[in-house]
Amino acid sequence: MKMTVKTSEVHTRHRQPMTDTKLLMLIAIGTFIVMYAFAMIFIGKRFLTIKEIFNLLNNNAYLIILGCSLTIVMIGGSIDISVGGVVCLSAMSCAKLLQYLQAQGIEGPLGVILSLLLALGIGLLFGIEQGYLVSYLEIQPFIVTLAGMFLSRGVTTMVSSENVPIKHAGFQAFKSIALQVPNVFKLELGAAIALLVLIGMYLLLRHHKLGRSIYALGGNRQSALMLGINVKRSRFLSHVISSVLAGLAGYVFIMHASSGKTSIGLRSEMDAIAAAIIGGTLLTGGVGNVFGTFIGVMILSTIQEIMAASKVQESYWQEIASGALLGFFIMLQSVVLSGREKRRAKKNTMVAAEVKG
Amino acid sequence: MLQKRNSRKADLSQLIIPLAALGILLLFNLIRGIVIGDLRFFSIGIGENIYGNTVLTGNLISIIDDASALAIIAMGMTLVTAACGGQDISVGAVGAISGAIFINVLAAFGLDKISVGTILVALLAATAVTIIFTLFNGTLVAVFKIQPMIATLILFSCGRSIAYMITGSATPQLNDPLINAIGKTIPGIPIPTPIFLVVIMGLLLTLIFKLTNLRLYTQTVGINQGAARLNGINPVIIKLLSFVILGICVSLAAMIQVCRLNQLAHKTLLDAIEMDAILAVAIGGNSLGGGKFRLSGTILGAYIILMLTNTLNDMNVSADSIKAYKAIVIIIIVIAGSPGIKNKISELWKKSRSRSSKAMAGR
Repeated sequence: MKMTVKTSEVHTRHRQPMTDTKLLMLIAIGTFIVMYAFAMIFIGKRFLTIKEIFNLLNNNAYLIILGCSLTIVMIGGSIDISVGGVVCLSAMSCAKLLQYLQAQGIEGPLGVILSLLLALGIGLLFGIEQGYLVSYLEIQPFIVTLAGMFLSRGVTTMVSSENVPIKHAGFQAFKSIALQVPNVFKLELGAAIALLVLIGMYLLLRHHKLGRSIYALGGNRQSALMLGINVKRSRFLSHVISSVLAGLAGYVFIMHASSGKTSIGLRSEMDAIAAAIIGGTLLTGGVGNVFGTFIGVMILSTIQEIMAASKVQESYWQEIASGALLGFFIMLQSVVLSGREKRRAKKNTMVAAEVKG
Repeated sequence: MLQKRNSRKADLSQLIIPLAALGILLLFNLIRGIVIGDLRFFSIGIGENIYGNTVLTGNLISIIDDASALAIIAMGMTLVTAACGGQDISVGAVGAISGAIFINVLAAFGLDKISVGTILVALLAATAVTIIFTLFNGTLVAVFKIQPMIATLILFSCGRSIAYMITGSATPQLNDPLINAIGKTIPGIPIPTPIFLVVIMGLLLTLIFKLTNLRLYTQTVGINQGAARLNGINPVIIKLLSFVILGICVSLAAMIQVCRLNQLAHKTLLDAIEMDAILAVAIGGNSLGGGKFRLSGTILGAYIILMLTNTLNDMNVSADSIKAYKAIVIIIIVIAGSPGIKNKISELWKKSRSRSSKAMAGR
């Protein structure tokens, strides 16, 4: 009984900022619809089919998982820019392991399980290291994860600096599992995993004690501490979850690409942060939603498709466009936030006047 | 009097970390050199370069020479860190833009008609454009109050694309004695020119700090922005000013690097320098959370990083893997300087002191 009272308290405390998130998320959904309509009109036929939406899902499955991992750390008021490197390291290590197992003649499902465990294990190691440094030693998360980014990229080149193709039979069979109706749609296993992660993260953040305490921690660390929430443990766990998801994203990546390269996930941390911000996750923490992040990923991937379809050869336009979009949404957030602060200040003065009166 | 001495002591204590790191690196190389019987690391000599000039050669000189661009950028980064409590991670990408402008202006005058005048014009144009870009970052940080690293993430990710847009795929070659004079050595002077540029930039900033209140204001804004505002300091102006100085540093560093390599490669110019610059600021004993800073520590930090890179290169570590070792070094440094560890050390210190004072009282 006591517990329910507590969660409802946390809930009402966040009711007011939720209106701003809804506004930001509505803007994101609007942007997506406008962009998709633009694609339909100017690029034509291809975007009119259901297949195209599922293609977007299949191609960006790993980015959806990364978006979830960034959302959870950002809600907790922290940041993780090592995810791109961790994706690369886990993908490369899995590719190398599968190659080794194939050479040893172990071609069955054992290879699939071992490589998945390796991917999650790499994520777990990075998560524990970064989470410990950020939450228990109180070092700036940006510095810790920047070091993590360079560490993972450096270690990747030690694992292998060349492309590692995967020809492991068991893995090939595993990755070609797909839910499909020919010529209508096709949902690859990787995309299905990404959607499951999305739903799982939503449930965790909304209905689990840990998720609620991460919201409280990001909203106001001091009050979270006074509510009796173990602030350090929550932040630590948010980093662990983020890095484990990054490891999983690496695994999903090789399920789509079926080879390990050193260029995997280059700048994907930036895409993931952009997706989270576009979807309405506040940089200051405490506010956000994984479904918003999902919309953010879809917006970014639609831009990518438009750029590819409009035959812009140089990839630089794509980077500039997503950079400009990120800049726009960051400024939008800042404006919304300052408006909220002003409203709050006004309300406070009104309350004070009433008390005086 | 006592207070003054104490503050001086506190100032110098900032240099303990860099000096210790320098000592460890030198000692490591000395021992390694003796073990493998090759003290090449410490070699300094006089030789002739391919242009027939007498120059100082040797490993130590080349380390100091290589560190020039990094040292200059790190100086600007120190100021931004002190004022904003965060770092600009777009310096490499903005440097690429600056280099592109520099080359384009030179090419507009004609690459075969390079003179001191055209170089100055090109540098001024590049500096102006760079300042516009860093001011964009600065506005996001100071006016819109966005964390510096997120704000600069925008240019970090698309800056090199902008540089590519400016120059296109062409990589013009610069083969001119004047360009070599900037990037390598001036005929008749044995010391490489970039080293002079570092000294000039350092002296200039020191002079500014001595003549104006900029150092005090920057530190005040970094330590407590609200208090600074109540004392009549405008935090927005101070933060923007730190980004302007960073812009000047970046364009100077980009020019040095372009002149050293005799060409512009928009993808590799000043690649990954943001990591090194942050590392230099951290090794220099400056707080990465803003506030007090010391330029000499940062410059020392830049030389230490190049020394580390050089040592690892010497041990046949591949260029890509060096990143991992540097990351480990940065992790060790931030752990050593973290609040948690500091508290523990000061607790231990207090305990031992109280124990010794008790022992004294007992006696």
